[in-house]
Amino acid sequence: MIAEIGHYALVLALGLALIQSAVPLIGARLHDDTLMAVAGPTALAQFAFIAVAFAALAACYVASDFSVVNVFENSHSAKPLIYKITGVWGNHEGSMLLWVLILALFGALVALAGGNLPATLKANVLAVQSWVGAAFLLFILGTSNPFLRIAEAPFEGRDLNPILQDIGLAVHPPLLYLGYVGLSISFSFAIAALIEGRIDAAWARWVRPWTLAAWMFLTLGVAMGSYWAYYELGWGGWWFWDPVENASLMPWLAATALLHSAVVMEKRNALKVWTILLAILAFSLSLIGTFLVRSGVLTSVHTFASDPTRGVFILAILILFIGGGLALYAWRAPMLKQGGLFAPISREGALVFNNLFLTAACATVFVGTLYPLALEALTGDKISVGAPFFNLTFGPLFVPILLAMPFGPLLAWKRGDALGAAQRLIAAAGLAVVAIVAVFAFNGGGPVLAPFGIGLAVFAITGAVTDLVERTGLLRVAPAVAWTRARGLPRSAWGTAIAHFGVGLTLLGIVSESTWGIERIVSLKPSDVVSMRSYDLAFEGLTTRQGPNYRQLTARFIVRHDGQILDVMEPSKRTFATRNTSTTEAALLSRGASQLYISLGDTNADGSVSVRIYHKPLVLFIWLGAVVMVIGGLLSLSDRRLRVGAPRPARKASLQPAE
Amino acid sequence: MTRKQRRLVLIGSALGVLALAAVLVLSALRDSIVFFNSPTDVMEKKITAGTRIRLGGLVKPGTLTRGEELAVRFEVTDGKSAIPVAYKGILPDLFREGQGVVAEGALDPAGFFKADTVLAKHDETYMPKEVADALKKQGHWKDDYGKKK
Repeated sequence: MIAEIGHYALVLALGLALIQSAVPLIGARLHDDTLMAVAGPTALAQFAFIAVAFAALAACYVASDFSVVNVFENSHSAKPLIYKITGVWGNHEGSMLLWVLILALFGALVALAGGNLPATLKANVLAVQSWVGAAFLLFILGTSNPFLRIAEAPFEGRDLNPILQDIGLAVHPPLLYLGYVGLSISFSFAIAALIEGRIDAAWARWVRPWTLAAWMFLTLGVAMGSYWAYYELGWGGWWFWDPVENASLMPWLAATALLHSAVVMEKRNALKVWTILLAILAFSLSLIGTFLVRSGVLTSVHTFASDPTRGVFILAILILFIGGGLALYAWRAPMLKQGGLFAPISREGALVFNNLFLTAACATVFVGTLYPLALEALTGDKISVGAPFFNLTFGPLFVPILLAMPFGPLLAWKRGDALGAAQRLIAAAGLAVVAIVAVFAFNGGGPVLAPFGIGLAVFAITGAVTDLVERTGLLRVAPAVAWTRARGLPRSAWGTAIAHFGVGLTLLGIVSESTWGIERIVSLKPSDVVSMRSYDLAFEGLTTRQGPNYRQLTARFIVRHDGQILDVMEPSKRTFATRNTSTTEAALLSRGASQLYISLGDTNADGSVSVRIYHKPLVLFIWLGAVVMVIGGLLSLSDRRLRVGAPRPARKASLQPAE
Repeated sequence: MTRKQRRLVLIGSALGVLALAAVLVLSALRDSIVFFNSPTDVMEKKITAGTRIRLGGLVKPGTLTRGEELAVRFEVTDGKSAIPVAYKGILPDLFREGQGVVAEGALDPAGFFKADTVLAKHDETYMPKEVADALKKQGHWKDDYGKKK
């Protein structure tokens, strides 16, 4: 019964989505307020019905109703409650349902918060949002219905992939989807602007917070996914340039670029046409990401099922929205009015620089991800494009961005003073040089690039600090005055500096981990001791224990640092009987930002056990940096200007546009 | 500068960055891609020793042997030919005889495939052994292992 309610609610949501796709659009065309006003309530109702469907599926999971195919295939009665709930989106059908739920959520939020939007813009935005919603609802109902029944209900389910039975699944997909799907708002705004043929600074002021919010979720989602892979896969790696990881990185790069170009548009009314294009591209990359992951063209832990009809369906959605969006862009963009002028050396110029390199870097990731698919389709050759490719392409393109990053905020709008900015960055550059020399001296014959990487990270971090110091005049005026200035500084200025600081922190973690991280693979017998840097790890022995739906083999290590007992580390291996698979639960010991990492391998015939042991200096900075970036975004989002500053004067004019 | 000149500067620099990206991509594609081959491909294409490739297939049942110091040997088969693989290290959780595996490395002059990375498919749908065998027999099984085709 519950499953049928969910199914029914989903069909109703589709009906509402179809109404919302057409009626407000016609209303906006005819300037009919009544027709336009349809969009708000349908957006809210659409969200409500999808939420009912989602709740129904969750209820089936919690109750372990194995008469529902989806529950039977992905759940097990002995599974802990938290994984029964997270298991809802740990499979193809459920995760698509989560996707449209979030899409509808964003539509409902625009309907609720969009009171001060021009009526036609709001109607068009919600209609476009609903096109996407209708397409995906149709996809779910047509090819991936989570509410299908089995005639004779089995006694037990087939359980969730053990790798997914982790708290990471509770957090990673929802965050990532909030980011992916959040970009649909900027897409809808871009398409609506193209339909109206009109765009102004108020548009950017509306789009920027939504993009920022989506970007924050995306940042957290990507970072969380990386950390999850790091501790769950047991290989000690945090980024594999796996196509599915790239699928989340590409929208992030595009969203980052969009975030920066929207600033130019909002402040200077320039780069309109480019910002619109980026908004379309960013969401297109989200759709491509969804296609890559969901269509089964890739094989990875994220690819839940390969059903050719699904792939074709998603491909059709992809062509419709990306092709349609770009065609509309080609047709209407030339009608948009030119914006403000600026010199190449200026804040705008710096943001354009950022955009050029970010999009180029994004393009290399795109090529690296899709080239193997294209080549296989054309010639049948199967190739793998791995880390070396991305290190050679993505790396060099990111260096200029990081080098230029401290300069941007120090340049004035319209016409900047590069020399002045350089002078103000002398202290930061000096510290970076000191860091380079120090690392050279300390590292001796190590990799040549490492000192420069550290230097770049130091430059980014100190550059962000310089920005704040300059703005508050900390070293020039009395501390009390600087304090007053700091409090008076717009939150978005703080946000910029803090986010840029986070970028530097992440880079520091990446360079440090990849240069000085050490790995030892050994086979150990009880009472063996492994020494690593200043740590001694004594292997005590193995124990087994029964978990709720798995058996666990745990190794016990006593960790000593300079002879002092520090802690106990217990890496383990879980074997899940239902699927005859096992997972590695690595043991992590954090010391500051560095970590010791032990993951358990196979037990050998002679009673010894294979283990991987890593020491990873400053590895936590990689994710900490992402969190700092998000804190910066949060501060920027809370800026008064973004909340109440959107001007209303356009309202009257927009109701009766003089065509 | 006039509007036109500024636009030229913008477009020029955009093209410059794009060209840089294209050069990087093309040079990297030449040097850093790895071809995927089945054991039969390896036999037929006469891949020279030392060329880095990915070898994919099923782990041939009964061929997994463990030696000293984490050394592992097993054979990768696609039902037609089989290639012996030598690897040193810890095998992934999902590595199992009769299941899909991808090994990255190069052929040794002695005829061994010396792998430095072994990947096992993170399988979502548990594939019973019979299905794998059936697929193997029918020759349907390619690198899309672990999935019903």
